[in-house]
Amino acid sequence: MEYFVIIIGAIFVNNIVLAQFLGVCPFLGVSNKISTSLGMSGAVVFVIAIATVVTYLINTFVLKPFEIEYLRTISYILVIAALVQMVEIILKKVSPSLYQALGVFLPLITTNCAVLGVTLIVIQKDMNLMQSTVFAVATSVGFGLALVIFAGIREHLDLMTPPKGMKGVPLALVTAGILAMAFMGFTGMV
Amino acid sequence: MNNFTNFTKGFIKENPVFVLLLGMCPTLGTTTSAINGLGMGLATAFVLMMSNIVISAVKNLIPDKVRIPGFIVIIASFVTIVDLLMAGYLPALHAQLGLFIPLIVVNCIVLGRAESFASKNGVFPSAIDGLGMGLGFTFALVILGSVREMLGSGAIFGFKFIGDNDGMLVFILAPGAFIALGYIIAIINKLKKA
Repeated sequence: MEYFVIIIGAIFVNNIVLAQFLGVCPFLGVSNKISTSLGMSGAVVFVIAIATVVTYLINTFVLKPFEIEYLRTISYILVIAALVQMVEIILKKVSPSLYQALGVFLPLITTNCAVLGVTLIVIQKDMNLMQSTVFAVATSVGFGLALVIFAGIREHLDLMTPPKGMKGVPLALVTAGILAMAFMGFTGMV
Repeated sequence: MNNFTNFTKGFIKENPVFVLLLGMCPTLGTTTSAINGLGMGLATAFVLMMSNIVISAVKNLIPDKVRIPGFIVIIASFVTIVDLLMAGYLPALHAQLGLFIPLIVVNCIVLGRAESFASKNGVFPSAIDGLGMGLGFTFALVILGSVREMLGSGAIFGFKFIGDNDGMLVFILAPGAFIALGYIIAIINKLKKA
């Protein structure tokens, strides 16, 4: 039951993009086509899940015992950058087909604030390892959900003829606003 | 003159938020009021200027292949400094901005300026560039924050000019951020073409 609440909360109620504004850059950047947004979501789920587990272990076994928590930001971002690189190299060797699907998105993920954001939120909320992992996967699924829905809407928006000034990003932002309003309907579910 | 244009380009012509569309997360997340926008903008400007100075000073010492991790460590150090200073001296603002202070590390503007400007130019132009871009970012955040605060709670910088419950609450909440920014960019696009 506890995990169910975490999952619903992370996917719908506190959606990472539409309610917490993390990962807006890729949300606007790679949401032109449903296929690319699916690839990006897959890569994000993968990286966030691994990054959360690794940074959680670093926090518990290195930063806390030595009382160097002020180095958290530096160590986390380095770990995430190294991790992304490593995942890329391993995928290339082990599963070329998965690498083909996710490959181009992996370097972009280092600067996705959703990854660093989730690893920090987990510490703030004082979750244990199991809760953190569930929370991380659910959050990244929420990211993917928002991204795919948004890509679907944008594919249709391309066929419209809005006023010239609104074309492109402004229209996308207003659409995202309306989508965020729809997601506000989930408030109070948990 | 060269330094002057270098400084002013961040405000309008190459404004990081309105024109280059970088650093969207803190832009949307922290601008519930003009004051929050100002605080976030100045924190980012400080990191941007200091990291630009240090990176331009040590650019020849860092091997080309590891330059990105090197830049990130420098940026993260300054972010940690800002984080600790704000927690110590401005605890209220620090609590409001919360997660977005450590997230300055992954703000694309900071790494973008390091890579495209500071790694190719001297210390003084880099400092000017960092300050200009940082203040341009602050300017954008204050504008968006003011618009949202005026529409959402009928106040500007905390000074109320309408009744307590007459604001459009949606502009303080998440959807309003997207919508307000969308219309501001649309207006700027329109003015640019005219």
